[in-house]
Amino acid sequence: MGEALLRYGQITAMWARASRAYPASFWMLMTGSFVITSIDFVAVIILFANIDNLGGFDFHEVAFLYGSSGIAIAVADLFVGQVERLGQLIRLGRLDQMMVRPVPLLVQVCAEEFPMRRLGRLTQAILVFAWACTYVEWSPERAFVATQMVLSGCAIFVSLFVALACIQFWTTESAEVANAFTYGGNAVTSYPLTIFPNEVVKALTFVVPIAFVNWYPGLYVLGREDATGYPVWALWLSPVVAALLVGLTALVWRTGVRQYRSTGS
Amino acid sequence: MTRRLRGDVSLHLAVAVRSFRRYSTYTAATAAGIFTNSVFGVINALVLIAVWKENPDAGGYDVRDAVTYAWLCQAMIMTIALWGGGSPQDLGQRIRTGDVAMDFYRPVGILGWYLAADVGRCIFHLVSRGVVPTLVGAVLFDLRYPAGPGVWVAFFVSVFLALLVSFGIRFVVSMTAFWILDDAGAAILATALALFFSGLTVPLVLFPGWFGDLARALPWAAYIQAPADLWLGKHHGWGVVGTLGLQALWAALLLAGCALLLRVAERKVVVQGG
Repeated sequence: MGEALLRYGQITAMWARASRAYPASFWMLMTGSFVITSIDFVAVIILFANIDNLGGFDFHEVAFLYGSSGIAIAVADLFVGQVERLGQLIRLGRLDQMMVRPVPLLVQVCAEEFPMRRLGRLTQAILVFAWACTYVEWSPERAFVATQMVLSGCAIFVSLFVALACIQFWTTESAEVANAFTYGGNAVTSYPLTIFPNEVVKALTFVVPIAFVNWYPGLYVLGREDATGYPVWALWLSPVVAALLVGLTALVWRTGVRQYRSTGS
Repeated sequence: MTRRLRGDVSLHLAVAVRSFRRYSTYTAATAAGIFTNSVFGVINALVLIAVWKENPDAGGYDVRDAVTYAWLCQAMIMTIALWGGGSPQDLGQRIRTGDVAMDFYRPVGILGWYLAADVGRCIFHLVSRGVVPTLVGAVLFDLRYPAGPGVWVAFFVSVFLALLVSFGIRFVVSMTAFWILDDAGAAILATALALFFSGLTVPLVLFPGWFGDLARALPWAAYIQAPADLWLGKHHGWGVVGTLGLQALWAALLLAGCALLLRVAERKVVVQGG
């Protein structure tokens, strides 16, 4: 694991240097990434110009959810988002080249052409989250839950990116299905889940546990424990869910790599 | 003259048909895209339902209008290549590699050629990623439908004009590669403007005051808001003509701009070694 992280660090550092070779282009792309993500938040602002609360949550609370979900997906997108291109690597035969190198395959796939510009997206999410946090009434317990929320949220999205990319071991064309869960999951958790029908929330809790990215721990931090029918300890389960997902993802990745038979032509 | 015209038409038709076939090859990718569009349709429809529950006549829409709007957005994304892409992207690539010199050689206009290719792509995406998610939305939600054959005609004319406007903007963006070597920055800026001012992230009817009026006058309002308002029956009589007229005006201005820029660019292209 330590070895893998070291190699990951070395490869990404190399690509980070490379992307700074054209500073004008780099800054333009990074600003672009910042602006495109900001549009989603401007949308929330415009919605709140028309309403006072959404699903029983006010603007600051929605910003808190939006920011925490944004950080989680931005971190995942930055560090493992390149795994989305797995099908392309397979088609071009590049995956076969990677397999013979003495560096873990997943590390190579994720670190290849490391997209530094996505720091723009992360910066935007951190700014919104930090601003929303100034409206939270902090206590040591809440700070602890908020910390584990952010870390678990990142781990959940990292798992979703990698696990869903594995579909491409079987069908290289269907990369977009993953978007429905990753970016779709981000869209859903940017809003209070009270606006969705009960069945949807159940599915987001028990089937694809995206609700643990920020919803359950977020309710605790915001002092809205009563918004669900679950006991308070259920709101603390995000790290457990994240650990389970990471384990499951490792299994799916291994299965995918084992049965991978190259493209043939 | 008429023979030449007939030749032109059949040539561009052939280009469009081949472009349609090119995109229709990737069945699994199309199915995956339809799935994703449908998921986002559900998410956005539910968000808008929550908004209209708080404010039942926000922006002059009722909740049924808003839900329908959410699904029309998903239908338009690929139809007009809202995120960018389509044939102008191929042009950008050819400008960077220098292959565009060959395009200038040909006894066919570049603009018409690429437009025909984009129309072929548009029709494929309209039938697949436009119609199918809308059917999904119709099954899951209570949507509003065009009131009569006249509204259907106005809607499809509006969709075609939306394509022309979007094509014009994407074409200009790709052509920036003639002057700045990497058009990625321009492309990302264009995407940001399109996402916001088309009303994809939030309906333009919710934009407050003068900002809303401004947004509705910009070319991106032709992307989704104009066809959606026609579909929902928000315009009558001269209102329909005005909506289509504004779209047509932007389309004409942009295509004329493209033609002009192409002429300037043509003088700039230097074939290596020639």
